Amino acid sequence: MSVSAPATTLTAEPDQIRRGLWRSILTFCRRQPLGTFGMALVIIVAIAGLGADLIAPYNPTANDFAAMTEAPSWAHWLGTDQFGRDMLSRIIFGARTALLVGLSSALVGGVAGLVLGVGSAYFGGMIDLILQRVLDVLMAFPLIIMALAVVAIFGTGVQNVIIAITVPLIPRCARVVRSSALAIREIPYVDAARACGFGHTRIILRHMAPNVVAPFLIMITAFVGQAILAEASLSYLGLGVQEPVAAWGLMLQGGAEEYASTAPWIAIFPGLAIMLSVLGINLFGDALRDELDPKLRNR
Amino acid sequence: MYRYVIKRVLLMVPTLIGAAALVFLLMRLIPGDICVVRLGSGGGSFDPRAVAACHAELGMDRPMWLQFVDFVWGFFRLDFGTSMWSGKPVTTEILARLPISLEIALLATVVAISIAIPLGTISALKQNTWLDVVVRVFAIGGIATPSFWIGIMSILLVLNLSNAITGTPWMPPIDYVPIWKDPIRNLSMAFLPAITVGYRYAAVSMRMTRSTMLEVMREDYIRTARAKGLLDKLIINRHALKNALLPVVTLIGIEFAFLIGGLVVTEQVFNLNGVGRLFVQAVQNQDYTLTQALVMLTVTVFVVTNFCVDLLYAWLDPRIRFA
Amino acid sequence: MLTKIFRTAGVSVLLAAATGAAGWAAETPKRGGELVYMIPAEAPPSLDGHRETTFATVHSVAPFYSVLMRANPDNPQDTTSFVCDLCTAVPTPTDDGKTYTFTIRQDAKFQDGTPLTAADVAASWHEIIFPPKGVLSARANWYSMVDSVESPDPATVVFKLKFATTVFIPALADPYAFIYEKKILDADPHWYEAHVMGSGPFHFVSYAIGQEIKGERNPDYYMKGLPYLDGFTGIYAPKEAVRVAAIKSDRAAIEFRGMPPTAVNDLKASLGDRISVQTSDWNCGNVITPNSSRKPFDDVRVRKALLLAIDQWNGAPALSKIAVVRTVGGIVFPGSPLAATKAELEQLAGFYPDIEKSRTEARRLLKEAGQEHLKFELLNRNVDQPYKFIGTWVIDQWSKIGVTVTQKVVPTGPWFAAMRSGDFDVVSESNCNSIVNPVLDTQKYLPQALFSESYGRYSDPVAADIYQNMLRETDPAKQRVLMRAYEKQVIDVEAHAFPMLWWNRIVTYRSYVKGWKIGPSHFITQDLATIWLDK
Repeated sequence: MSVSAPATTLTAEPDQIRRGLWRSILTFCRRQPLGTFGMALVIIVAIAGLGADLIAPYNPTANDFAAMTEAPSWAHWLGTDQFGRDMLSRIIFGARTALLVGLSSALVGGVAGLVLGVGSAYFGGMIDLILQRVLDVLMAFPLIIMALAVVAIFGTGVQNVIIAITVPLIPRCARVVRSSALAIREIPYVDAARACGFGHTRIILRHMAPNVVAPFLIMITAFVGQAILAEASLSYLGLGVQEPVAAWGLMLQGGAEEYASTAPWIAIFPGLAIMLSVLGINLFGDALRDELDPKLRNR
Repeated sequence: MYRYVIKRVLLMVPTLIGAAALVFLLMRLIPGDICVVRLGSGGGSFDPRAVAACHAELGMDRPMWLQFVDFVWGFFRLDFGTSMWSGKPVTTEILARLPISLEIALLATVVAISIAIPLGTISALKQNTWLDVVVRVFAIGGIATPSFWIGIMSILLVLNLSNAITGTPWMPPIDYVPIWKDPIRNLSMAFLPAITVGYRYAAVSMRMTRSTMLEVMREDYIRTARAKGLLDKLIINRHALKNALLPVVTLIGIEFAFLIGGLVVTEQVFNLNGVGRLFVQAVQNQDYTLTQALVMLTVTVFVVTNFCVDLLYAWLDPRIRFA
Repeated sequence: MLTKIFRTAGVSVLLAAATGAAGWAAETPKRGGELVYMIPAEAPPSLDGHRETTFATVHSVAPFYSVLMRANPDNPQDTTSFVCDLCTAVPTPTDDGKTYTFTIRQDAKFQDGTPLTAADVAASWHEIIFPPKGVLSARANWYSMVDSVESPDPATVVFKLKFATTVFIPALADPYAFIYEKKILDADPHWYEAHVMGSGPFHFVSYAIGQEIKGERNPDYYMKGLPYLDGFTGIYAPKEAVRVAAIKSDRAAIEFRGMPPTAVNDLKASLGDRISVQTSDWNCGNVITPNSSRKPFDDVRVRKALLLAIDQWNGAPALSKIAVVRTVGGIVFPGSPLAATKAELEQLAGFYPDIEKSRTEARRLLKEAGQEHLKFELLNRNVDQPYKFIGTWVIDQWSKIGVTVTQKVVPTGPWFAAMRSGDFDVVSESNCNSIVNPVLDTQKYLPQALFSESYGRYSDPVAADIYQNMLRETDPAKQRVLMRAYEKQVIDVEAHAFPMLWWNRIVTYRSYVKGWKIGPSHFITQDLATIWLDK
C-alpha cells in the first residue's frame, strides 16, 4: 500500500533522545509556539481529568430539579443541564472519560498495531502476506459500522466504546509501523544482529522497535484525538458512553439537539471542550512531528 | 507490469472474502433478530406467533454455512438478494438512496479541493508566518470538531440569520428532489451538508498539501530551478505544485472511499435519505442482507480505489512493480 | 351499562353522520391545499397494517384506508367512545353478548373503483384474527375471544365470540385494522406489504422509500364533504432537531407523534401564536421490571425497596419539563374509568405521599434482605425520549437508598433479546398501546407463561386468577373492583414491575392546521379527513 500519513517516512535520530529533557522542552516551546499552545491545552485537560474529584465544584451526577437548565451564573459557571446537573463539573469529569477513552484506545490500538506491524515487516513472506490481507479487511471495513456492530453486540459502556474505537485503529497503525520497519529491515545493523545469531524477539525489540518509535508516538497522539471524536460520533448515534457517566459526546448528544437554541450553553460548552482538546492534541502532535523530523527541522 | 496487475487483482479476492466473512459473523453475533425488532419497535404488544411466522418467512432457520455460501456466491454474481426488512431487492433500496449521497460526496470533494489546495500551498510557502498559523488552526479545527455539531450549529445559524434578515426563518428543504427536476431546490438542500462534510475533508487534504509542498520545495531540482533564477511563481506552478499534488490527489481518492462512513452522521443531522443513513438503519434493524450488501459495496469501492492508486504509483515508480 | 356505552357511541355516530362536515362548529373549514407533515421515523418495513406494529406504517397509510370501527375522531379523549367508519351503527350484542352483527355501508369504493362490500370486511378481519400459514398478524392475540367472522350477505358481517367480554369492541377499533380488497388478499396475502389499495379519504399517489409518501383527495369518499385537503405529503424525519427546524421554517406543518417539551418551548419562543399545541395523556407508560428469576430480585423485599425509593409525585412535574412524561398513574391509563384515583393510588407501595417514610421503609427492607449495598445494572433501550430520561432519573433515585446502579443501553434488537432470554438485572421498558383497552393493556403485568411480553420472569397464580375473572366480567363496576385487586397484587404485594409515569403527548404544529383533535395515542385519528388549512 502506498498511501499513509506523512509520518511514515520519519525516523528518530538517536542524539535527539539523548538530549536533556528540559532543554528539549524549552527548545520545543521556542520553536513551536503553536505546538506549545497545544501542549498547554493538553495539560489543562490532563489536570482536569486527573484531579476531577478535587476541582469539580459539584457532584457531576446529582440531579437537582430545583435548578434545571439554568443559564451560567456565579453558582454554576457554565450553567446546568436538563437534570439540573452542574455543566462545569460534568465537563471536568468528562475530561476524565475523554482521557480514559482516548488514551486507552490509542495505547491499546497503537501497541497492537506496533506488534503486528513490526512483526509483519520482520518476518515477511507468508506471515506478512496473510497479516496484510487481514489488515486490508479491517482497513476497508467501514469504521462506523464496525463500531455500531461492536456496541450492538457488547452493549454500550465505557469499556465497550473503547473496544469499538480501538479495533479500527489497529490496522492503520500496523500499516504505518510496517512501512517504517520495512525501511529499517534493510539497514545493515539489523543484518549484523541477525548474523550475530540473535533471536527474533531480541532483534525486534532491541533493534527494530526503537527505530519506529518516533512515527509511532506521533500517530498515537493523533489517535487520542480521533478516539475522542469517535466517541462523540457514537454518542450522537446513541451508542457511546451512557448516563449517568459524564462524557462530552454524551452531553452533546441530547444537549446539542434539543437545547441548541433554548439553552445554548448545554450545546456549546461540551462541543468546545471536544474541539479544544482535540485541537490541542493535534497541534501538539504536529509540532512534535516537525521537531522530530530532521527534514522539516533544518530548513 | 501485467504480472504486477494480475497479482494485485488476485490479492483483492481474499480481502473481499475476508470482509464478507467479517460482516456475516458480526451481524449474527448481535443479540436479537430482525423479526423481534420489526414487531417490537413500535412499543406496542405483538403476537408471539407472528415472530415465528416472520422467522420462517425470512428463511432464518437455514444452516449458517449455507447462508454464507449463498451470500458470497451471490456477491460475485452481483446478486444481493432482498432486504429482510422491506422485502424489496437490496439494489432497489440502495439505488433509491445513492443519488443524494453521491451528490453530497461529489460536492464535498469540490469544496474540499477548492479550499485545500490553495490554502495548503499558501501555508507551505509562508511557513511559520501568521498566515500559516491561521490556516493551520483553521485546518485542524476542521479535524477537531465533531461533524454533527458543525451540522447542527450551521442549521441553527442559517435559521437565525434568515430570521434576522427576512423576518421568517429558512432552512434547507428536507425532502429530496433530483437535480434535473429542480436544480435550485436540490442545491439548496445539498449545500450545507456539502460544506459540513467538505470542511473536514478539506482540513485533512490541506495538511497533506502543506507538508508535501514543504518537502518538495526542499528537493534539489527546485533549488536548482531557484538557482537558475526562475521566478518563484513559475517554480511553484511548473515544478513544485505538480509534484506535490500527487499524494494529495491520492489522499482525496482514498478519503472519497471513506466518505460513505463520514456521511452516516451528516445524513442524520440534515435528514438526508442517503446511503449512510440506510447503513445505520440496516445495522439497527439487524437486516443481514442489506448490511452485508452495503458493507461489500463500501469495501469494494475502497479496494478498487486502492488498486487504482497502486497502479498509478507502480506506473510512476518502476521500483514498486519489480519489487 | 356496557350496552349503554355502546348505545351512546351509536348515537354519536348518528350525530356525526347527521351533522357531517359541519361537525367542527367553531369555524367553517376551508377546502383545498396540501398538508406537509413529518413522520418521525425511518421508513416502515412494510405498508401492511395487519402485519406491522410501528406507528410509521399508520402515519404513512392510514389516510388511504377505511376501518370497520374507530376511536371517536370528534372526541378522541373519551376512552370509551367508539364509532363506526364502515359500519352503519355500533351493534348491541345478542346471544348473551356473544354475537355482534354489523351492517356495512354500501357507498364505499376502493381506489380501483371496486365497490367495498361486507365480504372485503370479513376477509380483512379473517386475515387479522386467523392469519393463514405464512402470513404475519401482529395483533392476532387481541382476538383470542373470537370464534368466527362471516359475511352472510354483502351488507352484513357477523362476529361470534367464545365468551362475552368488554375488551372486544375497543379491540375492533384497532387503528391498524385496515379493510383490504378481498380479491387482492385471495390472490396474494403479501400484496399489501408494498402496495396500497384502500377506500379511505385519500387516494394513494406515490411512495419514495424512506423519503416521502403522497396522497390526493378521494373524490368518491363516502363521508360527504370530506376530506378538506386536496392532498398531503408525509416526510420521514427521524431526527428531532430536523423536525423542530422544519416546523420553524415552515418546511412542514405538523408532526403527529409528539415532541418533548423543550422542543415545544423552542418553537413557541420563536413563532409565538403561529404555533399551536395540543397535549394529552398518552396510552404509553414506562415500566421498570426487575428480573425475579435472578438473585437478589427473587426477594420481594428487594423489589419493593427499589419501588419505594422512587419519588414519582415529585419526579413527575420536574421530568415533565424535559421529557415526554407527565402523569403519575398505576397500571391503567389515567384517562380511563378503570384507572385508580389518586387516593387509591396513594395506598400502594411506590405511590405513598410521604417519600421520606417510603425511603426509610425501603432501607429497612434492603437491610432485612441483607442487600444494603446493592449494586446492579439497569438495561435500557437506545431511545432518548423518554427511556433514557427515565433511566437517568431512577438511577439517581436509587442512589438515595444507597443502591448503586450502572446503565447498559442497547439498540432495540439486543434489548428485546435480553428481555426475552432473561439476561438482565432490571430493565427499563414500556407498555405502549394504541386504542385504550385497559383489560388487554394490563396483560403486561401477567406472568410470562400467560403473556409472552411480560419479562419479569415470575409466576403469580393469584394475579392470573383475578385477571381471568376481570376479562370475563361485563359489569363495569365489578370489573373496576377486580382491576383494583389485580393492581394491588402485582404492585403493592409482589412488586413484579413498577409503572413509571405515563407519557405526555405534546403535538406542536403550525396554527394554520385546523380540524385535528389529539387523542391518547399516536396510532389513532390519523386519517387526516377532517384536517383543513386556514391559509
